[in-house]
Amino acid sequence: MARIEVQSEITGTVWKVETAVGANVAAEAALLIVESMKMEIPVPAPAAGTVLELRVGEGDPVEEGQVVAVIEG
Amino acid sequence: MFHKVLVANRGAVAARVLRALKQLGIRTVAVYSEADRDLPYLACADEAHAIGPADARASYLNQDALLAVLAETRADGLHPGYGFLSENAGFARRVAGQGAGFIGPGADWIEAMGHKTRARDLMAARGMPLGPSSGLLDDDAAATLAAARRIGYPVLVKPAGGGGGIGMLAAHDDAQLLAAVAQARSLSQRSFGCADLYLERLVERPRHIEFQVLADRHGNVRHLYERECSVQRRHQKVVEEASAPGLPRAALDAAADRVTRILADMRYDVIGTVETLYDGAGGFNFLEMNTRLQVEHAVTEAVTGIDLVQAQVRLAWGERLDAVLPSSIGLNGHAIEARIYAEDPMRFLPSPGLLAGLEWPSGPGIRVETGYAQGSRVTPYYDPMIAKLIVHAEDRPRALAALEEALRATVVEGVKTNIPFVLALLRNERFVNADIDTGLAAEVVRDMKTAAAANAA
Repeated sequence: MARIEVQSEITGTVWKVETAVGANVAAEAALLIVESMKMEIPVPAPAAGTVLELRVGEGDPVEEGQVVAVIEG
Repeated sequence: MFHKVLVANRGAVAARVLRALKQLGIRTVAVYSEADRDLPYLACADEAHAIGPADARASYLNQDALLAVLAETRADGLHPGYGFLSENAGFARRVAGQGAGFIGPGADWIEAMGHKTRARDLMAARGMPLGPSSGLLDDDAAATLAAARRIGYPVLVKPAGGGGGIGMLAAHDDAQLLAAVAQARSLSQRSFGCADLYLERLVERPRHIEFQVLADRHGNVRHLYERECSVQRRHQKVVEEASAPGLPRAALDAAADRVTRILADMRYDVIGTVETLYDGAGGFNFLEMNTRLQVEHAVTEAVTGIDLVQAQVRLAWGERLDAVLPSSIGLNGHAIEARIYAEDPMRFLPSPGLLAGLEWPSGPGIRVETGYAQGSRVTPYYDPMIAKLIVHAEDRPRALAALEEALRATVVEGVKTNIPFVLALLRNERFVNADIDTGLAAEVVRDMKTAAAANAA
């Protein structure tokens, strides 16, 4: 089991959190959706696994490269 | 003429409208959100007023805040620019209700044309050709699927109250359609405050050709030819041209005349653009009508010599079309515009940030429209357009060469831009040969990726 840090690819605001700590997620499933420049951009799970940490909440600003979640997969 | 006009917008269009108002000798009021307080064009206005926080819903879409500034400054006109509240009939009515002139068509027109299915019905009834489509979808999945089968897959789900490509999703089968409808409803409700959707037949790789019209409040309508706008990503335009290359002039003029006749018959007023899809055999099918200034208006200005913003203001005041326009309007040379977006050039993902370096080209035939200066921040709150770069030359080959040179002289540091995409487009053989359609942008990106992989190997 590996700990995987998930980063946001873009700077924006967290519009929706689509998962919860402890949830099992499939690879490519959207963990959260970041809104930036009138676009909604999903942050996908890089691999199937369990969500260990969610470091942002809805309405929070995020920067490109910021770790927004940690998955054990 | 208007004494003082409030510009209810931001960025490049606010800067553009402020300039036109100043040239007309009209006093100007600019507004800004907290995120935009340092943008350079605000200094060009006679007054600038804060209207709220960065989030557009609390500022540029905040009708109460804008109307309060309108009252406080005793402005007698409001220019909505494009986007935001420019096609909001309720807002136009409130502006008029406060005794100020809304610089656009009457609110009834915004209402009729802003709602896509209503606009299609109005245009079709007067002989405008259009492709197969549905009426408004209700919540009944079976009825939605039946409507799609009547049209035939693939279909495009479109918000009836929307624009700018937001919430437009393609579906190739039943499962995709139901997912697309759910997603588009949410996006449409959040973006436009209207969840109405309808289906259109998805035309694979059409050309997007639009016709510019000006009209007065006395029943007169004229066209200012067409624009080619097929180079798009996510249904949003990136490069536009006037005139449309590689299409027979007689067919373009006939379509422009038909549009003009229909709008004159409806007594449309002030300014508008009729967007069509050209698929060769089928001719120019109605797509939608925009009841406002378009982002790409500058290419029309270049080839016709008409200042569209000044004309729009004068027509909204009530001047007659023949007083605003010369008796004959020709097409002079060729113009092309590139929208410079703060985004990844291959994936088109937003890239907000601080504009650490910013240098624009200058010279004969080059025009730059921007709301930013070096040191400005492109924030994630609004659209990603940094600037529009417009070049005008004797003919299309010279215009393409001039645009390439202008882009190479452009410096944007601190954010990613789509300039590499536009440069690749300008070298694309199909583009150079005017063999253009809405699928071309994806081809250019594929070629860029292939080239990048070859370089990495």
